[in-house]
Parts: sequence; structure tokens; C-alpha cells
Amino acid sequence: MEKIIELKNLTKNFGDQQVLKGINLDIHQNEFLTLLGPSGCGKTTTLRIIAGFEEPSGGEVLFDGIDISAVPPYKREVNTVFQKYALFPHMNVFDNVAFGLHIRKVDKQIVETKVRRMLDLVGLSDYENRDVTLLSGGQQQRVAIARALVNEPKVLLLDEPLGALDAKLRKEMQFELKKIQKEIGITFVFVTHDQEEALTMSDTVVVMNEGTIQQIGSPIDIYNEPENRFVAGFIGESNIIDGIMNEDFLVTFDDVQFECVDNGFPRDEPVDVVLRPEDIDIVKPEEGKLQGVVRSVTFKGVHYEIVVETRHRKYRIHTTDFCAVDTPVGLTLTPDDIHVMWKTPY
Amino acid sequence: MRHFRKLSMPYLIWCIIFILIPLVLIVLYAFTTVGNHVISLNFSLANFAKINDPTYIRVFIKSFELGVITTIICFIGGYPLAFIISRQKESVQDLLILLVTVPTWINMLLRTYAWMNILADNGIINGLLSRLGLGQVTMMYTNFSVVLGMVCNFMPFMIIPIHTSLSKMDGSLIEAAMDLGANRLQTFRMVIFRLSMPGVINGVVMVFLMAISSFVIPKLLGGGQFVLIGNLIESQFISIGDWNFGSAISTILAVLILIAMRLMKSMDLKEAEAN
Ligand SMILES: Nc1ncnc2c1ncn2[C@@H]1O[C@H](COP(=O)(O)OP(=O)(O)O)[C@@H](O)[C@H]1O
Ligand SMILES: [Mg+2]
Repeated sequence: MEKIIELKNLTKNFGDQQVLKGINLDIHQNEFLTLLGPSGCGKTTTLRIIAGFEEPSGGEVLFDGIDISAVPPYKREVNTVFQKYALFPHMNVFDNVAFGLHIRKVDKQIVETKVRRMLDLVGLSDYENRDVTLLSGGQQQRVAIARALVNEPKVLLLDEPLGALDAKLRKEMQFELKKIQKEIGITFVFVTHDQEEALTMSDTVVVMNEGTIQQIGSPIDIYNEPENRFVAGFIGESNIIDGIMNEDFLVTFDDVQFECVDNGFPRDEPVDVVLRPEDIDIVKPEEGKLQGVVRSVTFKGVHYEIVVETRHRKYRIHTTDFCAVDTPVGLTLTPDDIHVMWKTPY
Repeated sequence: MRHFRKLSMPYLIWCIIFILIPLVLIVLYAFTTVGNHVISLNFSLANFAKINDPTYIRVFIKSFELGVITTIICFIGGYPLAFIISRQKESVQDLLILLVTVPTWINMLLRTYAWMNILADNGIINGLLSRLGLGQVTMMYTNFSVVLGMVCNFMPFMIIPIHTSLSKMDGSLIEAAMDLGANRLQTFRMVIFRLSMPGVINGVVMVFLMAISSFVIPKLLGGGQFVLIGNLIESQFISIGDWNFGSAISTILAVLILIAMRLMKSMDLKEAEAN
């Protein structure tokens, strides 16, 4: 895939606060890329720099290989879906969507065709003449998406576009956005702090924290192979345990030695061990490598969340098998369920 | 809620005594003839017929002309100022708006006397001009002096409502316009100005109202010959004593103003629809 946007050592300061601390990121053609991270980590700022609303303090933004630092927002081939939609309240649905085409003095006939097709795509064909201020949140969201997409940008930037919607609508829109992106085949740069949303929608997930990129990878990579404790903790509800890497393929935590699939660490290196809740198996006490007692059981719809307390800590486990509270149990792990990672400052 | 309704009673009574009753009286006076007592009212349209006289018609036309000119100048000068103020940091905005309102803290009469001193034939400007050997310009007692006085007095009432609507505008709408390809001028024309219309209408209506009904400024800066509607009404009540005719003029003025406000409102709606 060809690169369309490259961020090179991008920094941004607000006063004496450094909000972006050297972002390096390649965004490819037709990619659905998500910036994922906790609130305040710099996602919006990154997006605003790409759109041209903020100037970077340092580094470069390349678009199709050309530095666009000096290009004003209205000349960039990107469009934004704003966090709170930012629809023009003095225009109806049609005129909102047609705004960009009007500006570019597109022929009236063509404007009508394009706007209608776009409204069709987002499922608002009958809403042309509606007052945008009277639409529901989900409908406003769709207008905002249509208004951006009708300009056929090379890249669409979306800043937490689903944040204000209720859970059910959110799921629907996630599905639709993904569908639209596939249909028209352009690059989406999507911002969210919701890890589930990021994992289900994206081709590439960029995990950010405090103005730095923690990991870039496919959802599966990010989920299965988190590179550090922060990513592991942010994605899912992993058990993160201090351990010692005794030698290649052998790690000790909670006073028990386990086989694992990691190597290349110095002898007896302190490491973080990440265990996914769904990777831990509950067995009879005598069959387990760790022993504990069930402390709580919560039904989560598809699986149970079970908390097992051992001598050292509480483990969070997801399983479809029920286990009664206060039952003594054993826990086992296969080598590839154990993710060993370097300790980081986070 | 009942409880609160009772609390509003004094205000309601106040409104009735000081607004509704005078209004009813003025209309009553306008439609009756001189010398009638409360018991025997002689209804008549004679007062309105009296206005249909070239002298009075000219006063009306001149008042409207000067009112419109004053309003236009206040708008042309006030909008950019309000816009520039609204672009500043919040603390700077507060300060600038305070500065805009400072003149209104000083009595209008005093300010108008100050203008008289500045504009008079032997005033400050002419003093400067003659010292530079440029001769004299008559500025007092002209349309110029009256409009200048009105513009200076009423400008804050144009700036403040426009500034209010500009400063509370959602900044992301401006970014959205630019994001969609509008340059600064297009963004201003298609989004910012359109969204500031409520403020513009408020300012225009307020300035026009004050300009068309003012009588102190034309009297002082226009001189005795300078008669606008306000002066006409004043003289009918104060010096001539024809309250009925004065009331008739007031009533007509009120009706004309109501029509003008209606027109403004509908214009805004139409423009919104056209866009
Ligand atoms: N215009 C600004 N002025 C000062 N600080 C800002 C500004 N915009 C953002 N920040 C700060 O930058 C940090 C990152 O913000 P943002 O990019 O909005 O984070 P996110 O979108 O990931 O929640 C926050 O600490 C925020 O307070
Ligand atoms: Mg944000």
C-alpha cells in the first residue's frame, strides 16, 4: 500500500506543556487507521495538525510526499467529521451537504446528483429539506459524514464521531462507517478512546499515551502481542504481573516457573507478564500450576467474569463455564498464552 | 410555580401603571379632539388629518432619512469593530467592550455639549483648520453634525449585540467551513456573517429606534430650525400644548417602527431560506 500521509517526528507544545512528543506515523491509501488512547493523550491535536487547524511546533507533515505545513486547511485534500458534528444551523440538510461543492462552484445539476447519492449512502434520502437542528444525534452524525464525504477527500478525519451516541446506535454506526469506508475506498483516520471500537473497525490501530505512540499494529497484533505494559493494560482487562525471565522460554511469576514462547532477554531480567482474562483456564486444584479460591462470578452476556484469588494476587478470568463462589480451583496457562514484555516507565 | 406567580405581581402592576396606561392614554388622545373631559370623549380623526401637510410629511421623511443613514453608518463602523473585538482573548474582549460602553456612562447631554464645542464655528476643529490656514467649515447645525452626534451616541448599541452573537458563535463551525474548502472571505460571508444576523438585527433595530425618536441631539446639534419627529412631538407637548396632535404623531411613529421591525424580521427569514 502506498503512503498518503507521513508524520515525521511531530511535536506540539501548548505553552510549556508538550502535548505531542515526537510522533512518527505512516498512513496508507485506503487504510482504516485508528488513533486510540486515553483522554488527553493528544489524539485530537494530531488530527487537527493533519487537518491544518494547528501548526506543529516541530517535525513535518507530508501529504503524498509533499510537506504541507504551510498549506491552509481549505486547500488540503482532507475533510473532517467533527466531534460535535459542527453542522451549519442556518442551513438545511441539503445545503449542509452541498456546502463544499458550492464553494468549489460545481455545476448545480452535479451538486444535486452528488448530494442525493451521498444522502442515500448514509440513509437520509428523505431528509433533504429538514432543519439540521431538529435532527437526532445519529442523524446529525450522518449529515456530518455525508457533508465531508461528498467532497471526495483523499483522507477523512473523524474525531470520536460516535462518542455522543447511545450504545445501540453506536454499534450500528460502527458497522455503517466501516461499510462506507469499504464502499468508497478512501483513507479514514479515526480517533477514539474506546478500545473495543478501535479493535472492531480498524485495519491499523495506533495506541497513544501522553503524546507518544506506544504501538502500531493490526487489531490482532495489538491485542495478542502488546508491546508494553501500557498497551496491555489499555487493551482489554489483562492481568499484568511482575515476573523474572530466567532464561529463554522460561519465566517465573508468583513463585512458579512457566514455559513461554519469548526469548532474547538477559538472564533473570525483570519483566512484565501479561495474561489475557480469556487465556487462563480454570481446572481442578490439583491439576493447576496456581491454586486459589473463586471470589466473585459475574455474568457478562456471553461469558462469566470470574475473580480467583491466589496467595499472591487476584486473577481476572473470562470463561463460559460457571464456577461457584468459594470453590477452590487451579489455574493453568499454555506457553503461548503468556506474553512477556520489557518493563517500561509506564 | 404558583408561589412565583405571586411574586411577579408587583412587576405586573408596575407594567400596567407605567407602560400600558400611558400607551392607552396616548392612543386615546390621538383619536380625540382638544378640550374633552374624561366623561365626554369626542372621537375624531382630525389629528391624523392634520399630519397630512407637506411640512410635517417632510419632517417624517427627513427623520427616516437621517435614521437610516445613522443606522447604516453605525453598522458599517460597528460590525468590523465588534468582529475585531470578538477575535481577541477573552480578557482583552472584556476590556474592549468595557471601553465601548464607557461613553454611555457620561450623560448624553454633556457629551452632546462637548460635540458642540468641537464642531462650532469657533470650536476646536475650526480653530485647528484656521491655524493651518485652511479656512473655516460650517459643521454645526447641519445634517452632518446631527448624524455625527447620533452615530457617536448610538454606536455602542450596535457593537454590543453584534459582539455578543459573534463571541458566542461555535468556533468549530468556522473550522468546519474552512475544512470544506471555504477561504477566509467565504467563511465570513457564508457562515460567520449569517450566524451573526440576530445580533445585527438587534443592533439595527435599536439604533434606528433611538435615532428616529431622538430629540435632544437634533435640538442641540441641529439648532432651532432643525425639526425631526422627536422635536415635533416634544414641541406639541411642551411648548404648543396640543397633546392630541402630539399623541397622533407618536402613534404614527410607533406604527411605522413596528412595520419596519416586521420587515427586518421577514428579511432575515427570507435570506435564511434563500441560502
Ligand atoms: N488549544 C489548546 N491550548 C492548550 N492546551 C491544549 C489545547 N488543545 C489541547 N490542549 C491540551 O493538550 C492535551 C491533549 O489534548 P487532545 O489532543 O485534545 O487530547 P485527546 O484528543 O487525546 O483527548 C490535553 O492536555 C489538552 O489539555
Ligand atoms: Mg479529543
